[in-house]
Amino acid sequence: MPSPSPAVAGGARPGRPVRVLVAKPGLDGHDRGAKVVAHALRDAGLEVIYSGLKRGSDEIVAEAIQEDVDVIGLSVLSGAHLTQAQKLLERLAAAGADDIGVVVGGTIPAKDADALRAMGIRAVFPMGTPLPEIVAYFRNFPRGGER
Amino acid sequence: MSEARAGDRTLRDATYLDGMTLKPAYGPEDIAGFDPATALGRPGEYPFTRGIHPHMYRARLWTMRQYVGFGTPVETNARFKYLMAHGQDALNVAFDLPTQLGLDSDDPRAEGEVGRVGMAVDSLLDMEEAFDAIPADRVSISFTINSMAAFIQAMFLVVAEKQGVAWNTVVTTPQNDILKEFVARGTWVYPVDPSLRLVCDIAEFCAREAPRVNPISVCGYHIREAGCTPAQEMAYGLLIVAAYVELLTRRGLDVDGFAPRLSFNFTAWGRLFEEVAKFRAGRRLYARMMKERFGARNPKSMMFRSLIGGGGSGFTVQEPENNIVRGAYYALAAALSGAQTMALPTYDEAYTIPSSKAQLLALRTMQICAEETGVADTVDPLAGSYFVEALTNEMEARIQEEMAKVERMGGVVEAVKSGALQAEVARQAYRFEQMMLSGEYPKVGVNRHVAPVAAPGSSPAPEILELYAFDPKVAASQVAKLARLRRERDAGAVARALGRLRDEARGTANLMPAILEAVRLYATLGEMAGALREVWGEHKEPLVF
Repeated sequence: MPSPSPAVAGGARPGRPVRVLVAKPGLDGHDRGAKVVAHALRDAGLEVIYSGLKRGSDEIVAEAIQEDVDVIGLSVLSGAHLTQAQKLLERLAAAGADDIGVVVGGTIPAKDADALRAMGIRAVFPMGTPLPEIVAYFRNFPRGGER
Repeated sequence: MSEARAGDRTLRDATYLDGMTLKPAYGPEDIAGFDPATALGRPGEYPFTRGIHPHMYRARLWTMRQYVGFGTPVETNARFKYLMAHGQDALNVAFDLPTQLGLDSDDPRAEGEVGRVGMAVDSLLDMEEAFDAIPADRVSISFTINSMAAFIQAMFLVVAEKQGVAWNTVVTTPQNDILKEFVARGTWVYPVDPSLRLVCDIAEFCAREAPRVNPISVCGYHIREAGCTPAQEMAYGLLIVAAYVELLTRRGLDVDGFAPRLSFNFTAWGRLFEEVAKFRAGRRLYARMMKERFGARNPKSMMFRSLIGGGGSGFTVQEPENNIVRGAYYALAAALSGAQTMALPTYDEAYTIPSSKAQLLALRTMQICAEETGVADTVDPLAGSYFVEALTNEMEARIQEEMAKVERMGGVVEAVKSGALQAEVARQAYRFEQMMLSGEYPKVGVNRHVAPVAAPGSSPAPEILELYAFDPKVAASQVAKLARLRRERDAGAVARALGRLRDEARGTANLMPAILEAVRLYATLGEMAGALREVWGEHKEPLVF
């Protein structure tokens, strides 16, 4: 479990590091990438919660609120990223928690990356994105609303 | 890391993932005491280090099998026929995620996933369509299915029955390796113990009723794809097969009654000789384990029969055409490793579900390796090499060390339940990622010879890639078919069959007869899987990373 660490410059709320929920929505069981990213973020001093596999959108939203995270990192390798991202954004809005940002990683074709950003996904990290780039993004994640 | 020195010149370091540091040259001193008779045996003889057949590819080339399954069963049927017309002699069926997890296409949890990564199967009807005009006794078919293997295998047996094909001529390979699903790949449903019961029910039933079925394909492959090292891949595979053999013999089955039909699915994307050594050492360890620990007498029970696949994690999204070249080397590694069956990922795998062009290229790669290179002309051509024999010995020792580590976690079943094994695999995945970043593990186009224009964070698929287009209409068509099925079948009989399945799940009887009965009545996969969910509940994943 992450230990408390000093606030990260540019990160979320003053006085605490960025809190991230790394989540595996839907039925996709490929968790290598999600775990590697979770591990890297934790090493970088962020607070990381990992959802485990096969979480429904409602479960992810509930966990995100309960854990008071700044951002959800959604990992999808089955190709169902558009459906899953849309569902999650809708549920977050319905729960009045759309200040929590959502970022998507996985097997994402370029044309879908544009569609994801258009629907309100803050950032897209397709397969092959260098880990330091992902870590830097989360480390400096702007707090909800400051887009 | 030490650098070897030659005179005043510093030599490049060469270290494998499992920690072996290579010398620049090997000689007789590296295999001192080496006795070919005990360490190798002759090809086709115990301990099968050199291969499980005396003449290997001179007698029979490896089987070429590609992973296929698209959208609806009718589309998949067409793709099967296309590949068979191009010389593929065995099928490897991919199922969509709802099918792999026991959810019908009209289940809300299946939304967006129906027909996406494979074929959707909701009932016997779908399997009848998928195998229409494909004689069940003439092709060898693998089903990449695990927690739902009992249902899919039962459906295929009924398809065979309806084609007038006797069960004892059916050759299928349900993957049916649930332990690796808990460690990697993630299509588990039930808790560990009832999941293991299903694995054994299939194996026990088939040993008796459909003896040419290969009831379990033990997969190191997916664990390696999830991040473990080559020695761990072999170690975990051997521990997992031992767990199944232990459970089956505890049921009173004679080891020689089922072990000849066990097989393995492993990868070959690492360093060429590392992979060859892994398979040579693995065959030797498996043979000894089956003979000495489990008391097998039939040599066939001691043979590590392998499907060797390329391994998608060796491929890169950067410059994807490079993957075609990598695939050729992986095919060579698989051939030198003594594969019985070979499969290659397609070069576009990191982007999408394979296009038909990419699949044909993968098949052609294996055919060129088989027909043009001459690698298939002699058995285990690397045998006796100072380097390869020394490396095989060292790999064997590393595999044994990794096996011992898992035993210290309480054995493989306990390590899976606690998540200790998953944690180790995740740790290795992270370590590998760092080695890729630092360039310690070389990848052309990624950390070596990187194209100057590569924009960070973007992976535009070059136009040369003809991507497979997912069809969202598949879900609607499956849902309509389900509605029709539910109207037309004998609902009372289905309910009774599901009741019987629930009852038997509470006891200890082999569940295959009750499953077959429900399948014949067109109970849906979701209904049957749901009946077992009601009794057994679902696995709670240890959250480790």
